[in-house]
Amino acid sequence: MSPDEAAPAATRRSAALRPFALFGSELATLFLRRRTIAMLAALAVVPVLIAVVVRVTGAGSNGRGPAFLGSITDNGLFVGFTALVVCIPLFLPLTLGVVAGDTIAGEAALGTLRYLLVAPAGRARLLLAKYAGVAAFALAAPVVIVLAGMGIGALLFPVRPVTLLSGDTTDAAGLLARTALLACYVALSLLGLGAIGLFVSTLTTVPVGAMAATVVLAGASQILDQLPQLDWLHPWLFTHYWLGFGDLLRDPIVWDSYGQDALLQAAYLAVFGALAYARFATKDILS
Amino acid sequence: MTSAEPAAGPAGGASAILARGLTKRFGRRLAVDSVDLDVPRGSVFGFLGPNGSGKTTTIRMLLGLARPTAGQVELLGERMPRATATVLPRVGALVEGPALYPFLTARDGLSRLDAADPRSVSRTRGARVAEALERVGLTHAADKKAHAYSLGMRQRLGLAGALLRERELLVLDEPSNGLDPQGTREVRALIRRLADDGTTVFVSSHLLGEVEQLCSHVAVMRAGRLVMSGPLGELRAAGGRSAAVRTPDPDAAASVLAGLGLRPSVADGVVTADLGPGGDAHDGTEPAPESIVAALVAAGVRVRGFEVTTPSLEDRFVALTGEGFDVAG
Ligand SMILES: Nc1ncnc2c1ncn2[C@@H]1O[C@H](COP(=O)(O)OP(=O)(O)OP(=O)(O)O)[C@@H](O)[C@H]1O
Ligand SMILES: [Mg+2]
Repeated sequence: MSPDEAAPAATRRSAALRPFALFGSELATLFLRRRTIAMLAALAVVPVLIAVVVRVTGAGSNGRGPAFLGSITDNGLFVGFTALVVCIPLFLPLTLGVVAGDTIAGEAALGTLRYLLVAPAGRARLLLAKYAGVAAFALAAPVVIVLAGMGIGALLFPVRPVTLLSGDTTDAAGLLARTALLACYVALSLLGLGAIGLFVSTLTTVPVGAMAATVVLAGASQILDQLPQLDWLHPWLFTHYWLGFGDLLRDPIVWDSYGQDALLQAAYLAVFGALAYARFATKDILS
Repeated sequence: MTSAEPAAGPAGGASAILARGLTKRFGRRLAVDSVDLDVPRGSVFGFLGPNGSGKTTTIRMLLGLARPTAGQVELLGERMPRATATVLPRVGALVEGPALYPFLTARDGLSRLDAADPRSVSRTRGARVAEALERVGLTHAADKKAHAYSLGMRQRLGLAGALLRERELLVLDEPSNGLDPQGTREVRALIRRLADDGTTVFVSSHLLGEVEQLCSHVAVMRAGRLVMSGPLGELRAAGGRSAAVRTPDPDAAASVLAGLGLRPSVADGVVTADLGPGGDAHDGTEPAPESIVAALVAAGVRVRGFEVTTPSLEDRFVALTGEGFDVAG
C-alpha cells in the first residue's frame, strides 16, 4: 500500500467518533481514586466485623438482630447476606451519595468541569459518563460486601447446603447464583438514588453539599416509608423495595419485587435524569 | 452532525473570533456590555483590562461555557454554542487559570482531558500527552501527583492541556500568571512559534510589556465595555507624543512654544507640550520636533535637554481605563 492510499484511510479513522473513551476514563478515575477504594474497603469490613463478633461471642442470635444473623453459625454463606442487610439502610446510600453527589459538583469545584466541556466532552455525554460511574459503583458496592462476606464466612464457619425461606435446599452453586442476583437487586435499587444524586450535583459547585443532600434524601425516604399514615405514598418511595429481596431466596424464585423495584427505579432514573439534563445543558459554567 | 453551513457574517471566514453585541448580566450587574470583537486569523490578539472588567466572562461566552444574555459568537467561522462539538477540538483554551485533578498525575490528568474529546484518537493519546508535557517543560514532573505542583507548574500543565492537539485558535486567559522569568520567556517564545505556524492566539494579560512584545492587535476592556480595539500601533499612536524641554528659562521657552501653536505647561524647569498623534496619523498641523528646537534656540532659550516621547502602552492603558486602584463594583 502506498502512502497515498494510507493517508485517506488514516483520516477516515481519525474522523470516526470514539464516544466511549470518556466512559473508560471516568470509570478508571473513579475506581482508582483513593476515596472510592477506601469506601469499598470500609464496606468490606462490615461482614468481617459481623463474622468475627459472632464467632468470638460464639452465639447465634436469639431472634433479635438483622435477618440471617442467626444462620451464620450454622452456615458461613449467610455472612454476606447479613452484611448486605445491615448496610442497606445507611452505609450503601452513604457511599453512593458521596459518589453521586460528587459527579458534577466535584468537577465544578476543581474547575476541571470547564476543561472537560471545552475539550469538548459534550454536556449530555459527560452526564451519561458520570451516571455510568455511579451505576458501576452501585454494583461494585454490594458485590464487594457479598464477596468479603462469603470469604470470611467460609473461613470462620462451616459451609453447607442452604435451606431457603421456602424450605427447599440449594447447594453452594445455587446459592452463589442467588447471591449474584441479590447483589444485582441491591445495585438496581440504588439506581434511583444515584439519579437523584446526579441531579443534586448539577445544582451546586459544593460537592459536600450535594453528597449530604443525597444521603439526607435517602434517610428521609426511609423514614417516610416507616410511617403507616403515609401508606399511599410508600410504593412511590425509592427506598420502598430496598429490603424486598426475600423473594429471591425462595424456590422457585418469585420475581415480583424485582420487577416492581426495576419499574420504580426506572421511573426515578427517567425523571431525575431528565431534570439533571435540563439543568446541566443550560447551566453557566462559572467555576 | 457536521453542519458546514456558511457563516452568517460576510467577514465570518476571515475572523477567528467574531462577537457581536456580546452581553452578560449577573443579577443586576452587567459584567460584559455589548462587546464587539473581531480577531483576525493569524493575529496575536491581546485582551486587556483591569481586574473585574469582564475578560474572563467574555472568554467563557466565547467558548460556550456561559450563555450570553444577548449577542452572538462565531468561532472559526461557525456559530457558538451550536457548533461546540466541531469547533472546540480546534481550539485550545486556558480559562481563569489551570484546573487539575489533585489525585491524578499530570500525565493521567491530560489523558483524561484528551479522552473527553470523542474525536481524539486513543492510539496516539500517550504520544500526544507526552509531547504536550514536553512543550511546557514538564516531562520530568509528569508522573507526580498534581497536588504536589507549584503555581507555575500548574500553569504549565494548564497550557499543556491547551496544546494537546494541533489548534487553529488558542484562547489563553493570563497564561504567564505565576510563571518564573524563564517560564514567562518560554511561554512568550511558545506563543510566537505557534503564531508563526499560523495559529491565532487570543491572550488576556496584565503584563503590558509582554503584550507590547507579543501582540499584533489589542482590545481594552473597562467595566464590561470595550473601550478600544485594533492593531497595536493604532492604540499607541492614538495617545499622541509629547515634547519636553529642559531649560533654565522656562517662561521664555513656554512663550516660544505657545507662539508655535502648542499649549505648554511648566513644572520643575521642564516645559512640556502635547504634539498630537505621530507616525502615520500625523496630520502636519503640529510643528516637527526639529523646528521646535530651532525656534527655541533662535529665541535665545538655553536648551539643556529636548525629548519627544511616545506614551508607553501602560500610559495608554491607564488613560483608557482610569487611574483608580479600586475595582469597579
Ligand atoms: N459567577 C459570577 N457571579 C456574579 N458575578 C460574577 C461572576 N463571575 C464574575 N462576575 C462579575 O463579573 C465581572 C467580570 O468578571 P471577570 O472574571 O470577567 O473579570 P476579569 O476581567 O477576568 O478580571 P481579572 O483580571 O481579575 O481576571 C466582575 O465584576 C465580577 O464580579
Ligand atoms: Mg479573569
